[in-house]
Formats: sequence, C-alpha cells, structure tokens
Amino acid sequence: MKSQLLRFTKKGIYCPPAGVYLDPWRPVEKALITHGHSDHSRWGHQQYITHHHNKPIIEHRLGNINAKGIAWGEDLTINNVKFSFHPAGHIPGSSQIRVEHKGEVWVFTGDYKLENDGISTPWEPLKCHGFISECTFGIPAFNWRPQEEVFDDINTWWMHNKADGRTSVLFAYSLGKAQRLLKHLNPDIGQIYTHGAIENMTEILRSFTELPPTIQITKDTPKAEIAGNLIIAPPSTHGSVWLRKFTPFVTASASGWMAFRGARRRRAVDRGFVLSDHADWPGLLQAVKETGCERVIATHGYTEVFSRYLREEMGLDARAESTEYEGDTAEEQEKVTSDTTVE
Amino acid sequence: MKDFALLIKDLDSTNSTNKKVKYLSEYFSTAEPKDRLWTIALLSHRRPKRPVNTTRLREWASELASIPLWLFEESYHIVGDLAETIALVIPGEPEAETISLHQRMEELIALRSLPEEEQKEYLSNTWMTFDHYERFAFTKLLTGGFRIGISQKLMTRALARATEQEEDILAYKLMGNWTPETTTFHDLVYSDSKEAQKSRPYPFYLAYALEDAPDQLGDPTEWMAEYKWDGIRGQLIYRDGEIFVWSRGEELVTDKFPELEGLSSFLPDGVVLDGEILVRKGNTLGSFNDLQKRLGRKTVSKKLLEENPVFMMVYDLLEWEGKDIRQRSQKERRSLLEQLLRQLPDQQDLLALSPLLPFNSWEELSALRDGAREAESEGLMIKSRQASYGVGRKKGDWWKWKVDPLTIDAVLTYAMRGHGRRTNLFTDYTFALWDQGELVTFAKAYSGLSDAEFREVDRFVKKNTTDRFGPVRQVTPELVFEIAFEGIAPSSRHKSGVAVRFPRMLRWRKDKKPEEANTLNDLKAFL
Repeated sequence: MKSQLLRFTKKGIYCPPAGVYLDPWRPVEKALITHGHSDHSRWGHQQYITHHHNKPIIEHRLGNINAKGIAWGEDLTINNVKFSFHPAGHIPGSSQIRVEHKGEVWVFTGDYKLENDGISTPWEPLKCHGFISECTFGIPAFNWRPQEEVFDDINTWWMHNKADGRTSVLFAYSLGKAQRLLKHLNPDIGQIYTHGAIENMTEILRSFTELPPTIQITKDTPKAEIAGNLIIAPPSTHGSVWLRKFTPFVTASASGWMAFRGARRRRAVDRGFVLSDHADWPGLLQAVKETGCERVIATHGYTEVFSRYLREEMGLDARAESTEYEGDTAEEQEKVTSDTTVE
Repeated sequence: MKDFALLIKDLDSTNSTNKKVKYLSEYFSTAEPKDRLWTIALLSHRRPKRPVNTTRLREWASELASIPLWLFEESYHIVGDLAETIALVIPGEPEAETISLHQRMEELIALRSLPEEEQKEYLSNTWMTFDHYERFAFTKLLTGGFRIGISQKLMTRALARATEQEEDILAYKLMGNWTPETTTFHDLVYSDSKEAQKSRPYPFYLAYALEDAPDQLGDPTEWMAEYKWDGIRGQLIYRDGEIFVWSRGEELVTDKFPELEGLSSFLPDGVVLDGEILVRKGNTLGSFNDLQKRLGRKTVSKKLLEENPVFMMVYDLLEWEGKDIRQRSQKERRSLLEQLLRQLPDQQDLLALSPLLPFNSWEELSALRDGAREAESEGLMIKSRQASYGVGRKKGDWWKWKVDPLTIDAVLTYAMRGHGRRTNLFTDYTFALWDQGELVTFAKAYSGLSDAEFREVDRFVKKNTTDRFGPVRQVTPELVFEIAFEGIAPSSRHKSGVAVRFPRMLRWRKDKKPEEANTLNDLKAFL
C-alpha cells in the first residue's frame, strides 16, 4: 500500500495532511528545514521551521526571512501530524525530521553521518516505518577511516609545510567542513587564518560550539605574518588572485571525493584528505538497519545502486526518487562573491 | 613493495612535473637495482602478460568484499579504474611485508601458469595484507597497461638525473628488445653491449601539428614537403643479416609483417629506415582498417598476406653503413636515401620512396594540401632541410599540416561515464545519423568539448535517461554535435555500414534541432 503521508512533488517533499514541505526546492508557504546548506534551505519560503542552532545560520545566508527555531525532540503538531527534529550529525544544527501520523512513522534524513565530528550534535537512530535517506556516497568504494587518523595526517601535513617554509591552504565549505577542520587542527603548530566567508559563518557557530581562535585575513594582513601558518578558504578561491598573494603555499582539499585518485587530480590540489560529513557505505547500511524500517526512499547520490542493494540483498521495499538535493556537489561548488573575498 | 607503493602515492599526490621527476629520481637512487629495472620496464610498456583475466579478478574481489558482483561492476563504472576499485572495496589489515617489487613480479609471472584455485588463493591472501595504496599498486600490476600518469619520457628524465647521464642517450639505451629477465639494471643503463644494440631502434622524431598557415615558417626554400601517409609509423632495421620492424609504440612488430623480411635479400647491411607501413591494394592504398587487420591477428595467415600485403613508404634514413647519421641534415639524409633506393632491384615492391612535393611558395603548398586527400594521404609533412633527426616530440623542424577534417552533424543517443579524471561525468558518447526516419549509430566520441560543456551534457544525460543497459544510458535524442573525423571506409562490422577514423566533437550545435542532423546517406557520400 502506498503511503499518503509524504509525497514527492515538483516543489519538494510534501506532507498532504499537514500542508507543509520538507526541504522544498521551490518557494512554498511552510518549510521544515533540516540544515543550512544551500540545496536544503532555499530562498523564498513564507515560513522556515528549523532547529534553534540552524536558525541563525539560515538567517545569515538568506537574509530577512521568517524563521522559527525548535528544540531537539520538541513536539510540533500540525493538523494531527506530529513532527519533531532530531540530530543528523551532518553539520552543526543539522536535523533529521520525524513525521508521525495515525501510527505511521517516517524519517527524512536530509544529510547525515554516523561519526561524532566533535562539533555537531551526534546522529541519533530513530525507529520508523519509512526512511527517506540521502546516499551521496552510496557505493561500497567509500569506507571512511576514523577521523582521528585523518586529522593526524592533516596536522602532519601542516607541520611539514611549515618546516619547508610554506603556507598551508585548506579548501573547505564555509559551513560545516571549515569548522570541523578548525576544531581538530593542532593550534600548537601555528596560527589559523580564515577567509572572510568562513570567518563570518564561524562567528555564528561560536555562539553554540567551542572553536579555537582564528584570524580573519583582511587587506591589511601583512603577508609575512601568514607565512608558514594555515589558511582555511572556500574551494572557489583556488587559483584566485586573492590566494596568489600568499605564495609560497601548498593546497589541500578535505572531502569524501578525495577517496578517488581522479578527483584530487581534477581539483588540481596538492593533497587530498578523505574526510566527509556524509555517511559512507557501511554507515548508510547501519543507519537503515538501526531504524528498523521496511521502506526506504533514496533521495540523492547513487540512488539507483543503493536502493537496488537494499531491495535485493536486504529484502527492503526501496526505491529512488529524484530530488534537487546535490549532496557534496553543492558544497564543493560554493561560490564566494569577490567583495567578501578581501574584507 | 612498500617503497614502490609509496612512490606511486607520492607521484599521485602532485600535479607538478618537477616534483614527479624528483620523486622518481629519488626512487631510482635508493631502490634495489632489480626493483629499479622492473620500474623502468613497467613505465616503458614492458609489463609481463596479464596473469589472470579481469573477469576472474572482478569475481574474486567482489567475493572478498562480500558484495554481489553487480554492485562491484556498478562501483567499477563509477570509480573508472579496476585496480582502484579493487583497492577501495576490499578491506585489509596492512602487514609489515618485506617482499620487494621484483619478487612480486616474479610471483605474478609464475601465477600465470597456476591452476585457477591457487591463483584465487594467492590473490585473496595478498590483497588482504595490504593498505589501500599497496593494494592499488599491486593490482595495477595485473590489470590493463600500467598507466599512472607517468610517461616514458618523464621516467627517462628522472632516470637520467639519478644516473647522471644524457637523457637522449639514455632514451636510446632503453629502447629495443629487452625484458627484466634478459638484462640487469647495470647492463641496461650503464653498459652497452653489441648484442643489445643489434635490434635497438632509434627514438622516433615526432612532428608537431601546424595550427595556422605555414607562412610563419619563413622562407619556403628552407623547407621540403611530402604527403602525410595514414599508416603505421615504423622503423625498419637491417643489421647483421637480420630485419627488425618497430612500431612507434616501441613494439617489435616484425612477425606481423613477415613480407618485409624479404628485404634482407637486397638491402645493404647497417641500414635503418624511417617510414610508414601501408597496405597495397592493386594500384591504390588500403584503408587503415585493412592495416589494423594485420596488427590484430596473433598469426598472420596466408590469406591475409595475399589480401592485405604491406609495403613501407620510406622518408628518412637514420643509419647508413652501420653508422648513426641522425646528426646530418635532412637534405643529406634524403639524398642518401634516394641513392639507396636507386640501388634496389626494379621489381621489388616492399619499399617505396615518399615523393617530395615541389613548391615555390606557401600558396602553392596550400594548393597541394587541398589535393592531399585525393592523393590518398591525410595532409602534408613539412621538414626543415637543414635539421638533424630529433628525439621525441620537439617543436621546430618537423610539422604536420593535416587536411581539414570531414564533418557531419549527428545526434547524441547514448552516454557512458568517462574514465580517470572524468569518472564522475558522462563524457563518452555515441552518435547517430538519420536513415529512413530512424537514428542509426555511426560513431563514438569522448573529446573536443570544454569541461563546462561536458558538465552541461552530463546534466542533460542524468535528466534525460530513457533506458539503462549496464553502464550505458540511452538518452532522449535531442542534442546535436558537429562530429569531425579523418577518414571513412566501408565496414561490415558497423550497423551503419561505415567506419570513421578519429571521430571527435568539433562543436555543440545548440542552434540545431535533432531533425536537422545529417543522414547516413550524407555520410556515405564521403566514401
């Protein structure tokens, strides 16, 4: 029997009995938002409901919007449909949305990962009948190493660059990845500098997460002061005039795609660290198992492969739906305007 | 082979050629001599025969990773490289192994003749003892060509630096008919035995493409011109009574062209010729397809020899009376070559001289180029009269000036993911032309678009998939591309009845609707 609780429409995932949308990609009246990345929280909705921590984030990104904050597990009932937000562990303030109606329970994950990254409230398994899951990294080629090992590599890389008299430049999405790196960099090695876009977002996250000190780069920052230290910058600054000023430097990217040899070469960075805010293959399978669900809908990533595996190997009722979520691609392609570049 | 895996990892970690040369030359200075020798062999297309076929590799790897075979295949299509896929999906606990590269290579050579069960056991055990990069490097040794983004030229440069030798001299030493089993690192790199020299070819001199008109080359009397023949570039060696034929890929292909051995009855000893191997069909030249039939077969049958006999269109002389004459000018080498060909018996049909094309001005040469296709060639070669014979691709003395390609507007019908750096994008396309109201496939192409255009087509493919056949997506026939190709020949193997050479996308015809694309009859008109 097909559930009528959540439907995939042209505007997004719609809940007919409540008349609300989850992470819609076209303007709607009432939007329940999982997290602050641009493919999940878009322009033009009349009302945004999201976790307290995500509220200042989307207000920063979208400007003057009508947003309402909600706590983890807090009950939000609309027309007898019970909604609640639960930690997704993807980035600070990211939620899964639980939807319950007449005993039927669905969970929409937005984006998520199982590992505790130290800055986001850790992912929490939720029992449900139906599970709407991302699968950005939904093939068995993706198996993340524990983050401690990756951060050891990153800190060692920084230390070597410093010894060689070079500045280390880490490319990271301004919301989430940048702060996760920041949290685990070893401040004993040197000073951490940030690009303006990253500094602004970090400032907002500092209100609820403890993070090491950073120095924003401005046009008055003397070049000599930065030498040998570390810069966190958005990927779009790669090859920019802004970055060239800090020569000599070495670049690195931290992303799940760095597991592929081709990806690092394509980005033309000197070093790739495999570090993702999305679940890897074992993580996705574990999440599905822990929900105890019977039905799975894969929304973005390798949806066909992932849902086929769930059908054939785990006996679940699984299918792929096309959405306009972009997973890591949107994060990689973050654009930074040139005015935020210097100031 | 930990140090070898580390080398591959280091080479992978940079896009800078200087750094790659540095890493490689450090390896050549520190690794065991036998490992160095194997590294040279692997990076100069001398990998031993594949010990296990890849179907078995996929089956065993998916079993070891506890995933169904279809999921392994899907992952492979996404990752784009078999060795990398195997390295990614198989879990492993790295062990402190002490087996060196050359020992591994010996194991792999022995593996070839083991029963399948033992092959499986060996590979399963070995894969599990590696970390990711060791597993990747090891598996790379037993799949496909050993392509890791290091050209032979770059390897030679690194080796030259590590052994303090001239790069050109070293490049020459590394050529020829050796394997790690027939020589040692020391003999190969430092000494130079008579026996090793006998079959050794010279590095080929390669021409650069001329992008614009040749006016930029200056005084036309300083240059000579010939047709550019569409065959297999080859070097024919006759030394101590033996004929050797080398292809440009530095492959010894004497056994593919046994008729050329007949040259031993009338060539003077100590001669090396540079030219193009072509098929003779009566008074005309065979197509490139005819030539490929000769290369494709393990043994050349008598029938094939009769149907597609070859000869060599020669245009340069590199060795004369046993002496390397590459330093002499083009003019002098040419006149010695003409002298040599005059001495040959009149009835011989194994060598022909590529004629010089007389011209007094660049305009005249341009007119000759316009007639190049009618002369069964693919354009012109322009060579400096004063130049010596170079090594590799060097700008300045040899230019190829190809005729403009043939073009046709075709509809995109199928797409596949690319490989290597394009593995996340659909970049390999199949194109079709109209034939009685239906689209008939005629060519595949994967080059010619900008990265931005590839991304745009990729998005189109993902949104307009109408069917899937394994890795292949069928798409709504909507996009039109101008396809360029070098030549065309009838073919019974293709549904369209024709085969085109070097098809590539010249431009995306966004201004054209699919129904405005060309027909199969338009294409056949080129025949």
